[in-house]
Amino acid sequence: MTTRAYAAARRTLTIADKLYEVNWGLVLLIGLIACVGFAMLYSVAGASFSPWAGKQMVFFAAGLVLLVVAAMTDIRIWMSVAYPAYAISLVLLVIVLFAGHTALGAQRWLSFGPLELQPSELMKIALILALGRFLHGLSVEDISKPLKLLIPLAMIAIPAFLVLKQPNLGTTIILVADGISLLFLAGLSWWWIAPAVAGVASAVPLAWRFFLHDYQKARVMTFLDPESDALGAGWNITQAKIAIGSGGLTGKGYLQGTQSRLNFLPEKHSDFIITNFGEEFGFVGSIALLLLFAVVIGYGVQIAMSARSQFGRLVAMGLVLNFFFYILINGAMVMGLIPVVGIPMPLVSYGGTAMLSVMFGFGILMSVHVHRQVEIPRHSGGII
Amino acid sequence: MPLFDRKDKSRYATFTRRTLMVSGGMTAVLAALGGRLYQLQIRDGALYRTAAEDNRVNERLVAPPRGRILDRFGIELANNRRNYRLLLVAEQASGGTEQALETIARVIELSDQQKRRVLRDLAANKRFVPVVVAENLSWDEFALINQHLPYLPGVQPDVGETRSYPFGSELSHLLGYVAPVSLDDKKGDDDDPLLDLPGFRIGKRGIEKAFDAEVRGEAGASRVEVNAYGRVIRELSSDPARPGKDVYLTIDRELQHFTDQRLGGESAACVVMDVQTGDVLALSSTPGYDPNFFNVGISNDQWKALTTDDHKPLINKAVSGEYPPGSTFKPAMAMAAMQNGLADLQVNCSGAMQLGNHLFHCWAWKKGGHGHVDLKRGLQVSCDVFFYEVARRLGIDKMHEAAVALGFSGRTGIEIPGERPGFVPSSEWKLQRTGVPWQVGDSLSAGIGQGYVVATPLQLCTLAARIASGRAVAPRLSHTVGNALQPRPEAPPLPFTPEAIAAVQAGMNMVTNVPGGTAYAWRIAEPGFEMAGKTGTAQVRVITKAERANGVKRDAQLPWNLRDHGLFIGFAPVAQPRYACACIVEHNAPPHPQVQVARDVLLFAQKRDVLGLKTAYPVSAADAAPSPSRT
Repeated sequence: MTTRAYAAARRTLTIADKLYEVNWGLVLLIGLIACVGFAMLYSVAGASFSPWAGKQMVFFAAGLVLLVVAAMTDIRIWMSVAYPAYAISLVLLVIVLFAGHTALGAQRWLSFGPLELQPSELMKIALILALGRFLHGLSVEDISKPLKLLIPLAMIAIPAFLVLKQPNLGTTIILVADGISLLFLAGLSWWWIAPAVAGVASAVPLAWRFFLHDYQKARVMTFLDPESDALGAGWNITQAKIAIGSGGLTGKGYLQGTQSRLNFLPEKHSDFIITNFGEEFGFVGSIALLLLFAVVIGYGVQIAMSARSQFGRLVAMGLVLNFFFYILINGAMVMGLIPVVGIPMPLVSYGGTAMLSVMFGFGILMSVHVHRQVEIPRHSGGII
Repeated sequence: MPLFDRKDKSRYATFTRRTLMVSGGMTAVLAALGGRLYQLQIRDGALYRTAAEDNRVNERLVAPPRGRILDRFGIELANNRRNYRLLLVAEQASGGTEQALETIARVIELSDQQKRRVLRDLAANKRFVPVVVAENLSWDEFALINQHLPYLPGVQPDVGETRSYPFGSELSHLLGYVAPVSLDDKKGDDDDPLLDLPGFRIGKRGIEKAFDAEVRGEAGASRVEVNAYGRVIRELSSDPARPGKDVYLTIDRELQHFTDQRLGGESAACVVMDVQTGDVLALSSTPGYDPNFFNVGISNDQWKALTTDDHKPLINKAVSGEYPPGSTFKPAMAMAAMQNGLADLQVNCSGAMQLGNHLFHCWAWKKGGHGHVDLKRGLQVSCDVFFYEVARRLGIDKMHEAAVALGFSGRTGIEIPGERPGFVPSSEWKLQRTGVPWQVGDSLSAGIGQGYVVATPLQLCTLAARIASGRAVAPRLSHTVGNALQPRPEAPPLPFTPEAIAAVQAGMNMVTNVPGGTAYAWRIAEPGFEMAGKTGTAQVRVITKAERANGVKRDAQLPWNLRDHGLFIGFAPVAQPRYACACIVEHNAPPHPQVQVARDVLLFAQKRDVLGLKTAYPVSAADAAPSPSRT
């Protein structure tokens, strides 16, 4: 055991120790992916830093500071702020429903002077922290007890419902997926899981028959056969597939993508940015980017496995899965595998809030790494 | 409290196990995304590449300039003039489009109706699409706009091309006109993409329609890169339009002009042909209409005026008007008589012919008839009784055969559309049509060009040309299309003996040049320019028995539309025929304007000859192949 690790075990990490312990390799990988984002934003703006690439770099720089600060913050502090953060996020979600302003038909934003805040982004991290803290105090046997299970389910359901009302289906799905995953990782019994899966599976046709509005059905049908409405609702999916597919093996070359340059791509700088990457760098580039994401995820899983506290493990995996769900939903959406829901590609799509929230998440993940030797008793609530 | 109790250990194991499961799941899902990438980019890559190109590249048609139509001396009868236009681009009009229109209206005249149309067009198009504000501006208006351009943001002066007919109504029936493509035009097998081009115009009548394929040209294409909103980003490549071919007509514009002037405001037609070649030198039908109206857009009032005029300005009477030829049919009957052994036929005309209990009158029955008449004199005085006798002896089928050989009862094949075939009956036809067998009385009516017989002025001119040349010449209007001579088969000799032709020519000479001839008063007296001819009258109404008993009213006493048509056919010079002419003036009042017109026109044509003008055809028959010399 090295001196530093020994020191860590004794919970007396100095600032220098923490800086050393920050997972700079992971930071490098994250930076690499962010650079792909800069390059793409520069490309879709017609080889220009404005209006997106330049700002995105500033967002990334700010995110980097946030990441390091979060990484050096003691994991027990994160544990103690979990519930208050969750409570604040919940209040903000309620406020946004009544006072938020509308963008693209949904109420998602709150303004604080010049600052704009998307409470749903905050909630994703707050939920992971809060669930981590709650599940930290439960044994494997406890989790599967109906009464004990009710609380985390409510913790997931309430914000999910509020976000759904905005309406923001994509974030709702991610919140639910994050929460259920954490329950699963914490040891939820298969006796709960199996019927739940069966129940959801049988609910789909029923929902289709009784609960979905005609326009919602139409949206699903459009997704299943976008060419049937190639100039209407199917436009986004069709054009995105054309962009990616036309990249071929090696792509059209950097700045040579015609789909985005000629505005055939919808939301080319945000949710559909990755289609431009596929068009310009082809299959080879896309697979490379996919591998890069996979390595980051693998890194995160390894961090989770090496943490000594259940809180740290759960939070780390929760953040990794959150990151993974972003990639999954955005990737599947732009490639026409699932209907269009508004989920950006993390680190690549343009957007300050999304960038900061992803970097903040990675910061907490690294805090778990930095403080991996910290042991937190099951009945402890952190250091506050 | 121990750091790791038993429960902690168990949930650590659970967490590790389940994390591995989750990781496996994530790996599988990422692999699935990779598989999807393979599907899109490798398996279907070519498909999507094509789709992306289709998105990006837009083929735009480039309209070719329409070929000109020229007369034999190279005078442009139809050409393209510059069309000064004013366009407005909404997104560049900084003060708004309505403001822009107000400003334009201060420079040039702009009606409220025009403004409303422009605003409607602007609303229907994307903001970067130029919309036409005004067309066919005068040079002064156009210059004024250009001068004020700095104060007119969004306004684009533009010079387009539009079809123009410099001689207006004079050649309207001959040239036809161009107009926007209609749905009917697209129904045929013409699948030229140009037809779908907005504002494209095609030939609707006359030469414009007949040679539309040649003068239209071929569309060029411009491959442009467009963005998702259809805005042109840049031109990728362009294939210039191939201009339409020029069509040289056999028409002599000066002669046509003269003919038109001579016909004046009458409802009339006049055709002049070269008897050797069939070249049509003038083809007049009056009144005409201004073909430029149809191109620019004809107003309701103008259209109403054209369709309700009793002089029928929209009908090309020269090729579409079918008239009873009257006595101008007699030369054809004389040919038939000569060919069928009646060369020495002598008839005593007492003013009428008795057939059964019906009396067939000669036009001179009041004067007591023509007395002793042979074939030449029959033509000279236009004796009806002589030709009743010819008809009675020949029978309708021999008359029909001769008439067809001389160009009746069948289209001549002139290039312009709408030609009517005329008609000469046969015994078979009447039986089939009416169930009643042919009667001798029918033959008698046909023998003087009445009854069932109808012919177009063009057919009558062809008759004169055939008698004059002895050959089965056919009229034609086009000499050269582009650099290619129009095919012209050598005219075969007529199936009549030279004696027959000579006798009829002599009879027609007597009509004009021997005292007592029906057109002697209107002869050409200048030596060397004399014409031969035949007069005719086509009855518009049937003269009843009662009328005849009470005395037929003089034509001039009748309302205009009940008066007879006056006809004349002729050729000149008599010694060596070169020009044939047919002229009809509808419902004419004496003294026989049609004869005077034909006389003046034939004299004018011969005088033109004296000038020794050279045709301006790009190629001539002599260039193409040495043709046998003609006399």
